[in-house]
Amino acid sequence: MKAEKLTRRDWLKLGAAGAAGLSGATILDLASRGGARNALAAHGLTSGAIKHGAVLDHQQDMGVVGTTATQDDFDPGTFLTHFDYGEVQIRSDGRTVRHWDVVAVDRDIQIAPGVWFPAWTYNGQVPGPTFRCTEGDILRVEFTNAGSHPHTIHFHGTHPTEMDGVEPIVQPGEKFTYEFEAKPFGLHLYHCHTMPLKRHIHKGLYGTFIVDPPEGREPAREMVMVMNAFDSNLDTENEVYAVNTAAFYHDEHPIRVGVNDLCRVYLVNVTEFDPVNSFHLHAGMFRVYKTGTQMDRYELTDTIMMCQGERHILEFNLENPGSHMFHAHQSEFAELGWLGAFEAVENLAADEGAPMHSYV
Amino acid sequence: MKVHPCTLMSDHNIEKDTVQQTMAQSPISGHPQAKRTSRTNRWILGLFPVALLAGISVLFLRNDPTAQFRAAFPPVEELTIERVSFPEAGIMRVHVVNGGPESVTIAQVLVDDAYWQFKIDRDPTVPRLNSATLELNYPWVEGEPHLISLITSTGLTFEYEVAVATESPRLNAQYLTIFGLLGLYAGVVPVLLGLLWYPFLRRIDRKWVHFYLSLTLGLLAFLLFDTFEHTLEASAMVAEGFEAVGLIALGILGAVVGLRAIGQLGRDKSAPTSGLTIAYMIAIGIGLHNLGEGLAIGAAYALGEIALGSFLVIGFALHNTTEGLAIVAPIADKRPALWNFIAMGMIAGLPTILGAWAGGFSYSPITATFFLALGAGAILQVIIEVSKLVQRSWPKGLFTPLNAMGLIIGMVIMYVTALMVTA
Repeated sequence: MKAEKLTRRDWLKLGAAGAAGLSGATILDLASRGGARNALAAHGLTSGAIKHGAVLDHQQDMGVVGTTATQDDFDPGTFLTHFDYGEVQIRSDGRTVRHWDVVAVDRDIQIAPGVWFPAWTYNGQVPGPTFRCTEGDILRVEFTNAGSHPHTIHFHGTHPTEMDGVEPIVQPGEKFTYEFEAKPFGLHLYHCHTMPLKRHIHKGLYGTFIVDPPEGREPAREMVMVMNAFDSNLDTENEVYAVNTAAFYHDEHPIRVGVNDLCRVYLVNVTEFDPVNSFHLHAGMFRVYKTGTQMDRYELTDTIMMCQGERHILEFNLENPGSHMFHAHQSEFAELGWLGAFEAVENLAADEGAPMHSYV
Repeated sequence: MKVHPCTLMSDHNIEKDTVQQTMAQSPISGHPQAKRTSRTNRWILGLFPVALLAGISVLFLRNDPTAQFRAAFPPVEELTIERVSFPEAGIMRVHVVNGGPESVTIAQVLVDDAYWQFKIDRDPTVPRLNSATLELNYPWVEGEPHLISLITSTGLTFEYEVAVATESPRLNAQYLTIFGLLGLYAGVVPVLLGLLWYPFLRRIDRKWVHFYLSLTLGLLAFLLFDTFEHTLEASAMVAEGFEAVGLIALGILGAVVGLRAIGQLGRDKSAPTSGLTIAYMIAIGIGLHNLGEGLAIGAAYALGEIALGSFLVIGFALHNTTEGLAIVAPIADKRPALWNFIAMGMIAGLPTILGAWAGGFSYSPITATFFLALGAGAILQVIIEVSKLVQRSWPKGLFTPLNAMGLIIGMVIMYVTALMVTA
């Protein structure tokens, strides 16, 4: 693999030098290969998004590639393992109150190398922040609409109907505070519920909402994966599919996990325009806890299909070291960006790779 | 003694011209200084609006009142994939032109709904009216369709559908021969064969000569519509910024005027165009038409749109044999030297070979549109000349029942033989 890569790059450099000498033109190498792509190549295939030459060389040399490397404050690699617990206060009755400020803003986001999408966002990122709390917590979400269109935040789960995020519609410049008790425990989501709904969702107004059981869960390497897609030319068909927005991100940056370590994926599907999306794991099986609302009932499989709004907790231990691809088992989605890999490593430290999450 | 009215007329004209000239010259010859001043003045007067326009343009660009509109809209992007070629197994080349008002950055390429790696022969930001070639290592499938889609930095997509993928002709002896033979069989040979009707035309009654001239008109009328249709077809592929309509107008009118001017070179303006001149004009017109036809055959083959069956070549041959008849009809009552026939045959036939080469190796919708329009214009001008010839030499006029029948039969012949080449 290494040798082939070198040969290819050397050839391209020769080509560029030759062309520059002859005509002053430059040949830009737009190819790059990540971990999962190597797995593909092993099957005699190549696929994937590419970076422009200089960036690529830099990225390969540094070992840091990122479809969103040029984006200042959103990195899918960080997003994957980041949970936002809000500002915590203990009320006089002993209950935990969590406070979040959420601002809706219009913003161009990078969905594939060099491809920009005019998104509507919560806090300037797509997906929005991953809110995390424990069952029974009091949640207070202060929502400010700084966007160009009216928006709301509709949380899934149980709450008073006036906190449902359908009414009132928050006009640009206005505010609304959602306040409710977190229940039931499980994996939920939130999204804008303003009409036209399709547009408000596919433009990027969604995020993950995790309610932990009071007793917590077994420590695991935890990750959030929001299966999303982007209709970049606005023809109601998606051009880019991904988990956490950036096409092929975890193909370029395989997620490092420890061999036999418990891994937990909070998987949410918000894909617009397509009826379903799916998740398939290579070289291993996972337990599916549907909606994460039951601790002891699961199904063992390696492929799970989900409609929009469905979300499941996946748990698995990778028994064998090496690259484990994961991708949508709609090949079309996989080739349009929804493809990545876990790199299972022996004796990985608890804080390395996707860090081990402990419940307190 | 009889005085020819024409002579009188022209004498009179000359006299008038002389008077006018004298009058016009007098102030200039009287004041040599004024002559120079007026020339400078004329330059100033001529350039004044240009300078003013330049000034206004600078002012406009400095303080652009449209800026506030532009901010609200995303940039207008217009990429056109002119051609996708398959130089060898596993390699695909995409030829792109930016025909839009602004630069466009090609960010990604999708082949059959999958992101695919590519190399580009320039900076991925393609300025207006510039082109780029992308190369992909894609395992394309012989005989199957492929959909190529370019994604720009703003997420817009520009698509191109390859109807049937097939290895593109390479510029080598084999393909030069294939296209050369194709042009020879479809263009050169049939036209020369058609010229062999000359002895036959010489031996028939004058009435029938005019029947065949009308038949020629019918053939040409059909070719006019046919060429025009091909022009429009090719122009649909031209990138917007290259103004296909302007190109067509330029081609058609350029050919009409140009051919007319050529026809008048080195002869008295008042004399009618001779039959031989008209024959040459027809040869040029048909040559341009055949250039377009060659382009179409070559491109269709290269783009995998036709299989080169022997039936197709025979069809073209039949279709084009009638073109030879069209050339010799106006000279049925003349006796031109033999080399004229060879020259006319080459003028009319050889462009098929050139067209097939150009179309097969590097088809460009822009040049194709222009040459096809040129062909349409040339045929139009030839139709005008042949009509005048019939009208002039046949006292019963252009549309006698027999001539009308000839015209219609001509079109029917073309229609029927065209059915054989529906590629």
